[in-house]
Amino acid sequence: MTSSTRNNQAALPASDAAPDEVVIDCRVEKIFYGNFLAVRDSHLPILKNRITGFIGPSGCGKSTVLKSINRMNDLVRNFRFYGHIHFEGQDLYDKKVDPVTVRRHIGMVFQQPNPFSMSIYENVAFGLRLNRYRGDYDARVEEALRRAALWDEVKDKLRNNGMSLSGGQQQRLCIARAIATRPPVLLMDEPCSALDPIATRQVEELMVELKKDYTLVIVTHNMQQAQRVADRTAFFSVDITRGGRTGYLVEMGETTELFANPGEELTREYLSGQFS
Amino acid sequence: MKATPDFTRNLTEPRALKSFILSTLTVACTLLACVPLFSVLYVLVIRGGKRFSLELFTALPPTALDTGGGIGNAIVGTLVMVGIASLIAVPFGILAAIFLAEFGQDTRIATIARFSAKTMTGIPSILAGVFAYAAVVMVTGTYSAVAGGIALSLLMLPTVMLTAEESIRMVPRIMREAAVGMGCTPSQVMWKVTLPAAMPGMITGVMLAVARAAGETAPLLFTALFSDYWIFQGGAGDLMEPTASLAVLIYNFSGMPFENQIELAWAASLVLVLMVLFLNITSRLISQRKR
Repeated sequence: MTSSTRNNQAALPASDAAPDEVVIDCRVEKIFYGNFLAVRDSHLPILKNRITGFIGPSGCGKSTVLKSINRMNDLVRNFRFYGHIHFEGQDLYDKKVDPVTVRRHIGMVFQQPNPFSMSIYENVAFGLRLNRYRGDYDARVEEALRRAALWDEVKDKLRNNGMSLSGGQQQRLCIARAIATRPPVLLMDEPCSALDPIATRQVEELMVELKKDYTLVIVTHNMQQAQRVADRTAFFSVDITRGGRTGYLVEMGETTELFANPGEELTREYLSGQFS
Repeated sequence: MKATPDFTRNLTEPRALKSFILSTLTVACTLLACVPLFSVLYVLVIRGGKRFSLELFTALPPTALDTGGGIGNAIVGTLVMVGIASLIAVPFGILAAIFLAEFGQDTRIATIARFSAKTMTGIPSILAGVFAYAAVVMVTGTYSAVAGGIALSLLMLPTVMLTAEESIRMVPRIMREAAVGMGCTPSQVMWKVTLPAAMPGMITGVMLAVARAAGETAPLLFTALFSDYWIFQGGAGDLMEPTASLAVLIYNFSGMPFENQIELAWAASLVLVLMVLFLNITSRLISQRKR
């Protein structure tokens, strides 16, 4: 049984966008946690300068797939990945690949805002220092904070601890921290689920703004959010037929197309709230 | 007709009375718990305070029938030995804590080490002295500051290790994930993120361990003994000589039949308590400032 992926034929380029270029070609065959098959058979091409949204019910493996892209799942004991993720001409799951280096090129923003317990400035400069950046730190920090729409709120208190900010500010600080090193791809794991509606709106506007320069992949529980920000949406579901709870990709396509005219019955039921 | 409820407090009602008595009791017990500390401080200030002068800190202890004199060498001796003990216990304790909290959490060694440390915190301090006597004094053939420092470090080590482990564990998991997500190697996560975040807690633990070690008498009786002279008189070799300390000075002088010595013992007690108090307050300030 293969998932029906309606990617390229449905992806008519938006009027101003360049022809679609696949930045990350993620082909999951199987992902295991120990003996538990968490995700199977999912092919997700991630297009450049677009926002790709992963939606689906809890336990459908959308976060697992996202965290596989920058190899965060290597931290999970007994995690095993079968498949390929091609990024910049290399397979990220090749034996010779150092996961630490992968994470320096694919940024990540987490569900809970998680600034470091250090100054706002140092939080943003963290990645630069890690990469032994030689150049104007002040300029790069300011640029990242401006891009994260946080500069005006923190420019007078850059020496304050990052954890003293409000939840929404902390999340934008985490985004600034992630983009300071200018990684081409940014992964976001339910970045707004811990935020109030106003902060959520700010982060969403930010995401749309960022896609000019970055490729974004976001996991969200919120279908309205997917409709508001995602250009393309991947719908995952859980397969409980074989005794386990295995997530898989049901379909993927342009967001407007997927929501207006889902190709699969399962997608239609989920989007209309009939999902059990 | 509807009866209006009466909202006024009524202590004759059993429920209200019981609540009142119990809350009063808790306040009373809290105040009672402060009594020993403040009465000790009061007596120390009254009896030890009158010898507070420059001489107390700069002069050597007097001989039997002398007048005047001070406890300068004992203050220096205590600082030196606590310093030696910290130099041993802090690096060992913190590195061990890193292993316990981060890299070897559930390994067999970790379980054994944790259990030994917890047992060690309850061991009578005199045993640390006996151990250092056998292991250092007998081997080197002399009572010394080094032996005293090693004895004290045995008492500090478990405290440092367990509090450091606890503070490392308290660093939120999501903060470490952030570091991994930025592309840190495991050791970079440790040095750049986890340890700085755990620092206030670790410093508190070290301060408390130092405060405890500074007041210990028993381990020093067999290891550093006492001396009527300054520790630094002829170079570094002096670390291998018997060394004075506040705790042992108090022990020796308080039993003497001379008023002068007894007064000095009181003054030394006050100095010791102030040192410990200072360390405790500093560690509090450090742990509060970071939050």
